[in-house]
Amino acid sequence: MSVFDQLGAGRDAVRLWFTPSRVQGEGETPDYRFSLANERTFLAWIRTALALIGGGFAVDQFLTDHLTHWARVTLALALLAGGVACTLRAVNHWVRCERAMRRGADLPVSRFPAVLALLVAVIAVAMVAVVLVGWAG
Amino acid sequence: MSAVRHPVETDRDPGLQPERTRLAWRRTTLSCAVTAVLAGRQVLHTGGASAALAASLAALVFLVFLWLAHRRILQLDAPRPGLLPAASALAVVVCMLALAVFGAAVVW
Repeated sequence: MSVFDQLGAGRDAVRLWFTPSRVQGEGETPDYRFSLANERTFLAWIRTALALIGGGFAVDQFLTDHLTHWARVTLALALLAGGVACTLRAVNHWVRCERAMRRGADLPVSRFPAVLALLVAVIAVAMVAVVLVGWAG
Repeated sequence: MSAVRHPVETDRDPGLQPERTRLAWRRTTLSCAVTAVLAGRQVLHTGGASAALAASLAALVFLVFLWLAHRRILQLDAPRPGLLPAASALAVVVCMLALAVFGAAVVW
C-alpha cells in the first residue's frame, strides 16, 4: 500500500465520520447485538481517553513536590495528547467496524493498542524513576 | 411437560445487550464526572473571573455528556434498539476534545 493509498483511505475514513448515512447505505444491517457490542467498545475507548485526560490533570495537580514545572507540563501534555488520540481512534474504529460488519468483511485490525500500551508503560517507568529518585534524595 | 415457548419480537435479549450498553453509558458518564471535577479543581486555586469561566466550561462539558448519555439510555429501552446516531458519537468526541484542549491550555 503506497503512501497515497493510505492518505486516500484516511480521507475516506474522516469523511465517513461526518456522513455516517453512507455506512448504512451499503451491505446488510447486522444483528443489533453486534452493533451494541461495537458501541460498548467505543465507550470503553472513550473511558480510556477520559482516564488519560484525567491523568494529565492529576499529574499537574498532585506531583508538584516531585517534578519540576517543565517535567510536569511535558508529562501532562503527553497524557492529554494520548487522550485525544484515543478519542479520535474510538470514533474511527467504531465507524470502520460498523462498515465491516455491514459488508460481512473482517473486522479492522490496528497497532494502536500496542502503541498505547508502550506509551503507558514508558510513562509508568518514568513515574517509578521519579519516585525512586525522590525517595533516595 | 411444558410446551416449547417460541421467542417473540418484543422479548428481552437473554444476553442483556441493551442493559449492558446502558450501563456502559452510565460508567462512562461517571468517568466523565471525575475528569470534569479534576478539570474544575485545576483552576480552583487561581480564583477570579477566568477561573469561574473555566470551571463553568468543565461543568458544561459534563452536562452535555450527561444529556447525550441520557438520550441514548432512553433509546436503548426499546426491544431492538437502533444504531448509535453518528451525531451522538461525534458530540462525545467533541466533549473529550474540549476537555483535553482546556487541560492543555490550563497546564501550559
